[in-house]
Amino acid sequence: MTETGHDRRLAAVWRDARVVDVRHHGDLAVILRLDVPDRVIHRPGQHYVVRLRAEDGYTASRSYSTVSAPSDDLVELYVERVPDGEVSGFLAEVVEPGDELECRGPIGRWFAWDGRGPALGIGGGSGVAPLVSMLRHAREVGRPELLSLAVSARTAADLPYREELEAAGALVALSREPGARGIGPSRLDAAAIGAVADPGATAFVCGSARFTLAMESYLLSAGQPEGSIRVERFGPSGEIDEDEADT
Amino acid sequence: MAITRGFTGRRRQAERDPRLPPGQYDVGRSWPVLTAEATPRVDAERWSLGIDGLVANPTSWSLRDLKKLAGQDSDTYRGDIHCVTTWSKLDTSFTGISLDTLLEIAQPSPEATHIVEESTTRYRTNLPLEDVTGGKAWVVWEHEGKPLSREHGGPVRVIVPHLYFWKSAKWISRITLLDRDEPGFWELNGYHDRGDPWLEQRFDGD
Repeated sequence: MTETGHDRRLAAVWRDARVVDVRHHGDLAVILRLDVPDRVIHRPGQHYVVRLRAEDGYTASRSYSTVSAPSDDLVELYVERVPDGEVSGFLAEVVEPGDELECRGPIGRWFAWDGRGPALGIGGGSGVAPLVSMLRHAREVGRPELLSLAVSARTAADLPYREELEAAGALVALSREPGARGIGPSRLDAAAIGAVADPGATAFVCGSARFTLAMESYLLSAGQPEGSIRVERFGPSGEIDEDEADT
Repeated sequence: MAITRGFTGRRRQAERDPRLPPGQYDVGRSWPVLTAEATPRVDAERWSLGIDGLVANPTSWSLRDLKKLAGQDSDTYRGDIHCVTTWSKLDTSFTGISLDTLLEIAQPSPEATHIVEESTTRYRTNLPLEDVTGGKAWVVWEHEGKPLSREHGGPVRVIVPHLYFWKSAKWISRITLLDRDEPGFWELNGYHDRGDPWLEQRFDGD
Protein backbone atom coordinates (compact mmCIF):
# COMPACT_ATOMS: atom_id res chain seq x y z
CA MET A 1 0.00 0.00 0.00
CA THR A 2 1.34 3.37 -0.88
CA GLU A 3 -0.05 6.57 0.40
CA THR A 4 -0.18 9.61 -1.80
CA GLY A 5 -0.19 13.24 -0.71
CA HIS A 6 -3.83 13.24 -1.73
CA ASP A 7 -4.58 10.41 0.72
CA ARG A 8 -2.72 12.26 3.43
CA ARG A 9 -4.91 15.32 3.04
CA LEU A 10 -8.01 13.14 2.98
CA ALA A 11 -6.87 11.42 6.17
CA ALA A 12 -6.67 14.79 7.92
CA VAL A 13 -10.33 15.55 7.19
CA TRP A 14 -12.72 15.22 10.14
CA ARG A 15 -15.49 12.77 9.45
CA ASP A 16 -18.64 11.84 11.31
CA ALA A 17 -18.26 8.13 11.91
CA ARG A 18 -21.17 5.97 13.03
CA VAL A 19 -20.69 3.69 16.00
CA VAL A 20 -21.68 0.19 14.91
CA ASP A 21 -20.56 -1.87 17.86
CA VAL A 22 -19.49 -1.24 21.45
CA ARG A 23 -17.81 -3.98 23.48
CA HIS A 24 -16.24 -3.79 26.87
CA HIS A 25 -12.98 -5.32 27.97
CA GLY A 26 -13.94 -5.57 31.61
CA ASP A 27 -13.35 -2.23 33.30
CA LEU A 28 -10.14 -1.80 31.38
CA ALA A 29 -11.25 -0.64 28.00
CA VAL A 30 -13.99 -0.22 25.48
CA ILE A 31 -13.70 -1.53 21.94
CA LEU A 32 -15.48 0.61 19.37
CA ARG A 33 -16.24 -0.44 15.83
CA LEU A 34 -16.88 2.53 13.59
CA ASP A 35 -18.26 2.99 10.13
CA VAL A 36 -16.12 5.80 8.75
CA PRO A 37 -17.52 7.37 5.57
CA ASP A 38 -15.11 7.65 2.62
CA ARG A 39 -12.28 6.47 4.77
CA VAL A 40 -8.65 6.30 3.77
CA ILE A 41 -7.43 2.73 4.23
CA HIS A 42 -4.96 2.55 7.11
CA ARG A 43 -1.72 0.66 7.49
CA PRO A 44 -1.55 -1.59 10.55
CA GLY A 45 -0.07 0.42 13.41
CA GLN A 46 -1.60 3.74 12.44
CA HIS A 47 -4.02 5.56 14.70
CA TYR A 48 -7.19 7.58 14.63
CA VAL A 49 -8.11 10.71 16.53
CA VAL A 50 -11.57 10.82 18.10
CA ARG A 51 -12.99 14.23 18.98
CA LEU A 52 -15.91 14.86 21.33
CA ARG A 53 -17.81 18.08 20.92
CA ALA A 54 -20.07 19.71 23.52
CA GLU A 55 -22.89 22.09 22.67
CA ASP A 56 -20.90 25.10 23.78
CA GLY A 57 -18.13 24.26 21.34
CA TYR A 58 -15.81 22.68 23.88
CA THR A 59 -13.91 19.78 22.36
CA ALA A 60 -11.65 17.03 23.67
CA SER A 61 -9.77 14.66 21.42
CA ARG A 62 -7.50 11.65 21.91
CA SER A 63 -5.65 9.24 19.68
CA TYR A 64 -6.38 5.51 19.59
CA SER A 65 -4.66 2.70 17.76
CA THR A 66 -6.50 0.94 15.01
CA VAL A 67 -6.98 -2.73 15.77
CA SER A 68 -8.83 -3.79 12.63
CA ALA A 69 -7.14 -5.05 9.49
CA PRO A 70 -7.06 -2.59 6.58
CA SER A 71 -9.49 -4.86 4.72
CA ASP A 72 -12.11 -4.71 7.50
CA ASP A 73 -15.22 -2.73 6.51
CA LEU A 74 -15.17 -1.06 9.91
CA VAL A 75 -12.46 0.68 11.91
CA GLU A 76 -11.94 -0.95 15.30
CA LEU A 77 -10.39 1.13 18.06
CA TYR A 78 -9.20 -0.10 21.44
CA VAL A 79 -9.84 2.63 23.99
CA GLU A 80 -8.05 2.03 27.25
CA ARG A 81 -9.91 3.54 30.19
CA VAL A 82 -7.76 6.14 31.84
CA PRO A 83 -8.54 6.70 35.53
CA ASP A 84 -10.79 9.74 35.57
CA GLY A 85 -10.34 10.02 31.80
CA GLU A 86 -12.53 12.63 30.22
CA VAL A 87 -12.61 11.05 26.76
CA SER A 88 -12.12 7.34 27.51
CA GLY A 89 -14.67 7.48 30.33
CA PHE A 90 -17.25 9.03 28.03
CA LEU A 91 -16.57 6.55 25.25
CA ALA A 92 -16.91 3.64 27.69
CA GLU A 93 -19.96 4.83 29.61
CA VAL A 94 -22.09 6.90 27.29
CA VAL A 95 -21.47 5.94 23.69
CA GLU A 96 -23.77 3.36 22.15
CA PRO A 97 -24.36 1.94 18.69
CA GLY A 98 -25.93 4.47 16.38
CA ASP A 99 -24.09 7.44 17.87
CA GLU A 100 -21.90 9.61 15.70
CA LEU A 101 -18.33 10.41 16.62
CA GLU A 102 -16.04 12.86 14.88
CA CYS A 103 -12.82 11.23 13.86
CA ARG A 104 -9.85 11.69 11.60
CA GLY A 105 -7.22 9.31 10.37
CA PRO A 106 -5.30 7.25 9.69
CA ILE A 107 -2.42 9.18 11.22
CA GLY A 108 1.28 8.41 11.49
CA ARG A 109 3.42 6.65 8.97
CA TRP A 110 6.31 5.57 11.16
CA PHE A 111 4.82 3.00 13.51
CA ALA A 112 3.18 1.21 10.59
CA TRP A 113 3.77 -2.10 8.87
CA ASP A 114 2.78 -2.84 5.29
CA GLY A 115 2.77 -6.63 5.66
CA ARG A 116 5.75 -7.18 3.40
CA GLY A 117 9.03 -7.43 5.31
CA PRO A 118 9.57 -9.47 8.47
CA ALA A 119 8.35 -7.79 11.64
CA LEU A 120 8.59 -8.38 15.35
CA GLY A 121 5.83 -6.92 17.50
CA ILE A 122 6.40 -6.46 21.22
CA GLY A 123 3.50 -5.11 23.25
CA GLY A 124 2.71 -4.50 26.87
CA GLY A 125 -0.89 -4.27 28.08
CA SER A 126 -2.96 -2.03 25.83
CA GLY A 127 0.17 -1.69 23.69
CA VAL A 128 -0.87 -4.87 21.92
CA ALA A 129 -3.67 -3.02 20.07
CA PRO A 130 -1.66 -1.94 17.00
CA LEU A 131 0.04 -5.34 16.93
CA VAL A 132 -3.34 -7.05 16.62
CA SER A 133 -4.00 -4.98 13.51
CA MET A 134 -0.66 -6.21 12.14
CA LEU A 135 -1.60 -9.77 13.03
CA ARG A 136 -4.98 -9.56 11.33
CA HIS A 137 -3.37 -8.04 8.27
CA ALA A 138 -0.66 -10.70 8.09
CA ARG A 139 -3.38 -13.33 8.17
CA GLU A 140 -5.42 -11.53 5.52
CA VAL A 141 -2.54 -11.33 3.08
CA GLY A 142 -1.57 -14.94 3.78
CA ARG A 143 1.82 -14.11 5.29
CA PRO A 144 1.42 -14.91 8.98
CA GLU A 145 5.01 -16.16 9.11
CA LEU A 146 6.31 -12.61 8.57
CA LEU A 147 5.15 -11.44 11.97
CA SER A 148 6.38 -12.67 15.36
CA LEU A 149 4.71 -11.39 18.49
CA ALA A 150 5.73 -11.20 22.13
CA VAL A 151 3.25 -9.63 24.51
CA SER A 152 2.86 -9.18 28.22
CA ALA A 153 0.30 -8.15 30.78
CA ARG A 154 -0.16 -8.64 34.48
CA THR A 155 -2.87 -11.27 34.17
CA ALA A 156 -4.64 -13.11 31.37
CA ALA A 157 -7.71 -10.96 31.99
CA ASP A 158 -5.62 -7.80 31.54
CA LEU A 159 -4.35 -8.80 28.13
CA PRO A 160 -6.50 -7.38 25.32
CA TYR A 161 -7.26 -9.83 22.49
CA ARG A 162 -5.63 -12.62 24.46
CA GLU A 163 -7.31 -15.50 22.66
CA GLU A 164 -6.55 -14.10 19.26
CA LEU A 165 -2.90 -13.55 20.21
CA GLU A 166 -2.51 -17.01 21.71
CA ALA A 167 -4.14 -18.63 18.69
CA ALA A 168 -1.60 -16.87 16.51
CA GLY A 169 1.27 -18.33 18.50
CA ALA A 170 2.31 -15.12 20.24
CA LEU A 171 4.72 -15.45 23.12
CA VAL A 172 2.52 -14.45 26.06
CA ALA A 173 4.06 -13.43 29.38
CA LEU A 174 1.84 -12.89 32.40
CA SER A 175 3.71 -11.35 35.29
CA ARG A 176 1.11 -11.73 38.02
CA GLU A 177 -0.91 -14.71 36.94
CA PRO A 178 -1.32 -16.85 40.02
CA GLY A 179 -0.13 -20.40 39.50
CA ALA A 180 1.68 -19.83 36.24
CA ARG A 181 0.35 -22.12 33.60
CA GLY A 182 3.71 -23.63 32.91
CA ILE A 183 4.02 -22.32 29.40
CA GLY A 184 5.90 -19.24 28.38
CA PRO A 185 7.87 -16.87 30.55
CA SER A 186 6.31 -14.82 33.30
CA ARG A 187 8.01 -11.70 32.04
CA LEU A 188 9.46 -10.42 28.81
CA ASP A 189 12.96 -10.32 30.22
CA ALA A 190 16.34 -10.17 28.50
CA ALA A 191 16.29 -13.90 27.79
CA ALA A 192 12.77 -13.93 26.37
CA ILE A 193 13.46 -10.95 24.14
CA GLY A 194 16.86 -12.34 23.20
CA ALA A 195 15.10 -15.42 21.89
CA VAL A 196 12.73 -13.47 19.63
CA ALA A 197 15.08 -10.67 18.49
CA ASP A 198 15.63 -10.77 14.75
CA PRO A 199 18.15 -8.34 13.25
CA GLY A 200 16.50 -8.78 9.87
CA ALA A 201 13.08 -7.69 11.10
CA THR A 202 11.63 -4.31 11.97
CA ALA A 203 10.81 -4.31 15.66
CA PHE A 204 7.59 -2.54 16.70
CA VAL A 205 7.57 -1.89 20.44
CA CYS A 206 4.43 -0.52 22.04
CA GLY A 207 3.50 0.07 25.67
CA SER A 208 4.29 2.22 28.67
CA ALA A 209 7.43 4.30 28.92
CA ARG A 210 8.93 1.87 31.41
CA PHE A 211 8.01 -1.18 29.33
CA THR A 212 9.30 0.22 26.06
CA LEU A 213 12.56 1.41 27.63
CA ALA A 214 13.20 -2.08 29.00
CA MET A 215 12.30 -3.78 25.71
CA GLU A 216 14.56 -1.43 23.75
CA SER A 217 17.52 -2.22 25.91
CA TYR A 218 16.90 -5.99 25.72
CA LEU A 219 16.59 -5.76 21.94
CA LEU A 220 19.78 -3.76 21.64
CA SER A 221 21.68 -6.22 23.83
CA ALA A 222 20.35 -9.04 21.68
CA GLY A 223 21.86 -7.44 18.60
CA GLN A 224 18.74 -5.83 17.17
CA PRO A 225 20.05 -2.84 15.17
CA GLU A 226 19.06 0.49 16.69
CA GLY A 227 17.65 1.70 13.38
CA SER A 228 15.26 -1.26 13.16
CA ILE A 229 13.44 -0.42 16.39
CA ARG A 230 10.25 1.62 16.19
CA VAL A 231 8.59 2.67 19.41
CA GLU A 232 5.12 3.84 20.32
CA ARG A 233 4.27 4.91 23.83
CA PHE A 234 0.75 5.85 24.60
CA GLY A 235 -2.05 6.00 27.08
CA PRO A 236 -1.82 6.98 30.69
CA SER A 237 0.90 4.39 31.04
CA GLY A 238 2.93 6.39 28.54
CA GLU A 239 3.55 8.75 31.41
CA ILE A 240 6.15 8.44 34.05
CA ASP A 241 6.32 10.56 37.10
CA GLU A 242 9.26 12.81 37.62
CA ASP A 243 10.68 10.68 40.39
CA GLU A 244 10.57 7.65 38.13
CA ALA A 245 12.21 9.38 35.24
CA ASP A 246 15.73 8.16 35.87
CA THR A 247 15.02 4.47 36.06
CA MET B 1 -19.50 19.32 12.85
CA ALA B 2 -21.90 17.24 14.87
CA ILE B 3 -22.37 17.70 18.60
CA THR B 4 -21.49 14.48 20.40
CA ARG B 5 -24.65 13.12 22.03
CA GLY B 6 -24.47 13.39 25.78
CA PHE B 7 -21.06 15.06 25.95
CA THR B 8 -20.66 18.14 28.08
CA GLY B 9 -16.98 17.86 28.91
CA ARG B 10 -15.16 18.37 32.15
CA ARG B 11 -15.03 22.08 31.72
CA ARG B 12 -17.22 24.51 29.93
CA GLN B 13 -15.51 26.30 27.10
CA ALA B 14 -15.66 29.54 29.08
CA GLU B 15 -13.92 27.99 32.09
CA ARG B 16 -11.01 26.61 30.16
CA ASP B 17 -7.58 27.72 31.29
CA PRO B 18 -6.69 30.41 28.76
CA ARG B 19 -3.17 28.98 28.59
CA LEU B 20 -4.50 25.83 26.92
CA PRO B 21 -4.52 25.95 23.11
CA PRO B 22 -7.58 24.46 21.40
CA GLY B 23 -7.95 20.70 21.79
CA GLN B 24 -5.30 20.46 24.53
CA TYR B 25 -5.73 19.26 28.12
CA ASP B 26 -3.69 19.99 31.21
CA VAL B 27 -1.54 17.00 32.10
CA GLY B 28 -0.78 18.37 35.56
CA ARG B 29 2.52 17.51 37.18
CA SER B 30 3.30 14.47 35.05
CA TRP B 31 5.25 14.66 31.85
CA PRO B 32 4.48 11.98 29.24
CA VAL B 33 7.35 10.52 27.24
CA LEU B 34 6.90 10.33 23.50
CA THR B 35 9.64 9.09 21.26
CA ALA B 36 9.64 7.18 18.02
CA GLU B 37 13.03 5.56 18.35
CA ALA B 38 15.07 3.69 20.92
CA THR B 39 16.11 6.00 23.76
CA PRO B 40 19.86 6.59 23.43
CA ARG B 41 22.42 6.76 26.22
CA VAL B 42 24.30 9.95 25.49
CA ASP B 43 27.51 10.47 27.44
CA ALA B 44 27.39 14.06 28.69
CA GLU B 45 31.19 14.17 28.88
CA ARG B 46 31.61 13.34 25.22
CA TRP B 47 28.50 15.05 23.90
CA SER B 48 28.78 18.13 21.71
CA LEU B 49 26.48 20.42 19.80
CA GLY B 50 27.50 21.82 16.43
CA ILE B 51 25.94 24.64 14.46
CA ASP B 52 26.77 24.42 10.77
CA GLY B 53 25.42 24.96 7.28
CA LEU B 54 24.89 28.55 6.16
CA VAL B 55 26.85 30.24 8.93
CA ALA B 56 29.99 32.35 8.79
CA ASN B 57 31.45 30.64 11.83
CA PRO B 58 30.54 26.94 12.24
CA THR B 59 30.99 26.18 15.92
CA SER B 60 30.83 23.20 18.22
CA TRP B 61 30.36 23.25 21.98
CA SER B 62 30.73 20.69 24.71
CA LEU B 63 28.25 20.79 27.59
CA ARG B 64 30.97 22.42 29.68
CA ASP B 65 31.42 25.10 26.99
CA LEU B 66 27.71 25.79 26.95
CA LYS B 67 27.48 26.06 30.72
CA LYS B 68 30.45 28.41 30.76
CA LEU B 69 28.92 30.49 28.01
CA ALA B 70 25.62 30.62 29.87
CA GLY B 71 27.51 31.74 32.98
CA GLN B 72 26.03 32.29 36.39
CA ASP B 73 22.70 33.49 35.17
CA SER B 74 21.90 30.89 32.54
CA ASP B 75 18.68 31.41 30.61
CA THR B 76 15.52 29.94 32.03
CA TYR B 77 12.29 29.45 30.17
CA ARG B 78 9.27 29.35 32.40
CA GLY B 79 5.96 28.67 30.77
CA ASP B 80 3.92 26.05 29.00
CA ILE B 81 4.69 23.24 26.56
CA HIS B 82 2.26 21.54 24.20
CA CYS B 83 2.39 18.08 22.69
CA VAL B 84 0.53 17.26 19.48
CA THR B 85 -0.96 14.21 21.23
CA THR B 86 -3.14 16.77 23.09
CA TRP B 87 -1.46 17.17 26.47
CA SER B 88 -0.06 20.46 27.65
CA LYS B 89 2.20 20.93 30.64
CA LEU B 90 1.64 24.32 32.19
CA ASP B 91 4.06 26.52 34.09
CA THR B 92 7.14 24.37 33.87
CA SER B 93 10.75 25.47 33.54
CA PHE B 94 13.88 24.67 31.61
CA THR B 95 17.35 26.04 32.09
CA GLY B 96 20.07 26.32 29.49
CA ILE B 97 21.09 28.91 26.97
CA SER B 98 19.13 30.90 24.44
CA LEU B 99 19.66 29.74 20.87
CA ASP B 100 20.08 33.44 20.04
CA THR B 101 23.37 33.43 21.94
CA LEU B 102 24.67 30.45 19.97
CA LEU B 103 23.52 31.85 16.64
CA GLU B 104 25.22 35.14 17.48
CA ILE B 105 28.47 33.23 17.64
CA ALA B 106 27.82 31.08 14.56
CA GLN B 107 26.61 34.10 12.54
CA PRO B 108 23.92 32.93 10.11
CA SER B 109 24.47 33.93 6.49
CA PRO B 110 21.97 36.40 5.05
CA GLU B 111 20.48 33.69 2.80
CA ALA B 112 19.71 31.31 5.72
CA THR B 113 15.95 30.93 6.14
CA HIS B 114 15.47 27.62 7.97
CA ILE B 115 17.13 25.28 10.41
CA VAL B 116 17.14 21.53 10.88
CA GLU B 117 17.65 20.21 14.42
CA GLU B 118 19.27 16.78 14.44
CA SER B 119 19.50 14.35 17.36
CA THR B 120 22.13 11.75 18.10
CA THR B 121 19.43 9.28 16.96
CA ARG B 122 19.25 11.05 13.55
CA TYR B 123 15.78 12.32 14.41
CA ARG B 124 15.34 15.56 12.51
CA THR B 125 12.88 18.42 12.67
CA ASN B 126 12.74 21.56 10.55
CA LEU B 127 11.84 25.12 11.51
CA PRO B 128 11.89 28.57 9.93
CA LEU B 129 14.76 30.61 11.36
CA GLU B 130 12.29 33.19 12.62
CA ASP B 131 10.72 30.54 14.88
CA VAL B 132 13.99 30.02 16.76
CA THR B 133 15.31 33.59 17.01
CA GLY B 134 14.23 36.51 19.16
CA GLY B 135 13.91 34.65 22.46
CA LYS B 136 11.84 31.71 21.18
CA ALA B 137 14.21 28.75 21.43
CA TRP B 138 16.67 27.37 23.97
CA VAL B 139 19.24 24.62 24.26
CA VAL B 140 18.58 23.21 27.75
CA TRP B 141 20.11 20.76 30.24
CA GLU B 142 17.86 21.24 33.26
CA HIS B 143 14.17 20.76 33.88
CA GLU B 144 12.76 22.38 37.01
CA GLY B 145 16.22 22.64 38.49
CA LYS B 146 17.26 19.04 37.89
CA PRO B 147 19.40 17.55 35.13
CA LEU B 148 17.26 16.66 32.15
CA SER B 149 16.51 12.92 32.21
CA ARG B 150 17.45 10.62 29.37
CA GLU B 151 13.81 9.93 28.43
CA HIS B 152 13.17 13.61 28.06
CA GLY B 153 16.18 14.22 25.87
CA GLY B 154 19.02 14.49 28.35
CA PRO B 155 21.73 15.46 28.63
CA VAL B 156 20.79 18.30 26.29
CA ARG B 157 17.77 19.07 24.14
CA VAL B 158 16.22 21.96 22.29
CA ILE B 159 12.98 23.58 23.36
CA VAL B 160 10.83 25.72 21.08
CA PRO B 161 7.82 26.00 23.39
CA HIS B 162 5.55 28.09 21.16
CA LEU B 163 5.30 25.15 18.72
CA TYR B 164 4.16 21.55 19.30
CA PHE B 165 6.91 19.74 21.15
CA TRP B 166 8.02 17.45 18.32
CA LYS B 167 9.74 20.60 17.05
CA SER B 168 11.95 20.49 20.16
CA ALA B 169 14.53 17.81 19.39
CA LYS B 170 15.75 15.60 22.22
CA TRP B 171 19.44 14.57 22.40
CA ILE B 172 20.35 17.47 20.12
CA SER B 173 23.68 17.10 18.36
CA ARG B 174 23.54 19.42 15.39
CA ILE B 175 21.70 22.46 14.13
CA THR B 176 22.08 23.15 10.43
CA LEU B 177 21.12 26.40 8.75
CA LEU B 178 19.65 26.14 5.26
CA ASP B 179 18.30 28.43 2.56
CA ARG B 180 15.23 26.21 2.18
CA ASP B 181 12.71 24.22 4.17
CA GLU B 182 13.71 20.58 4.55
CA PRO B 183 10.97 18.45 6.19
CA GLY B 184 12.17 16.33 9.10
CA PHE B 185 11.04 13.02 10.56
CA TRP B 186 7.45 13.68 11.64
CA GLU B 187 7.00 16.27 8.92
CA LEU B 188 7.62 13.47 6.40
CA ASN B 189 5.44 11.10 8.40
CA GLY B 190 2.12 12.85 8.31
CA TYR B 191 2.54 15.78 10.68
CA HIS B 192 2.26 19.49 9.96
CA ASP B 193 5.28 21.39 8.66
CA ARG B 194 5.12 24.20 11.23
CA GLY B 195 3.05 22.95 14.19
CA ASP B 196 1.54 26.04 15.82
CA PRO B 197 -0.67 24.76 18.70
CA TRP B 198 -2.83 27.89 18.68
CA LEU B 199 -3.74 27.18 15.05
CA GLU B 200 -4.03 23.42 15.76
CA GLN B 201 -1.51 22.64 13.05
CA ARG B 202 -1.25 19.00 14.03
CA PHE B 203 -1.24 16.99 10.86
CA ASP B 204 -0.35 17.45 7.23
CA GLY B 205 -3.35 19.21 5.70
CA ASP B 206 -4.38 21.19 8.83
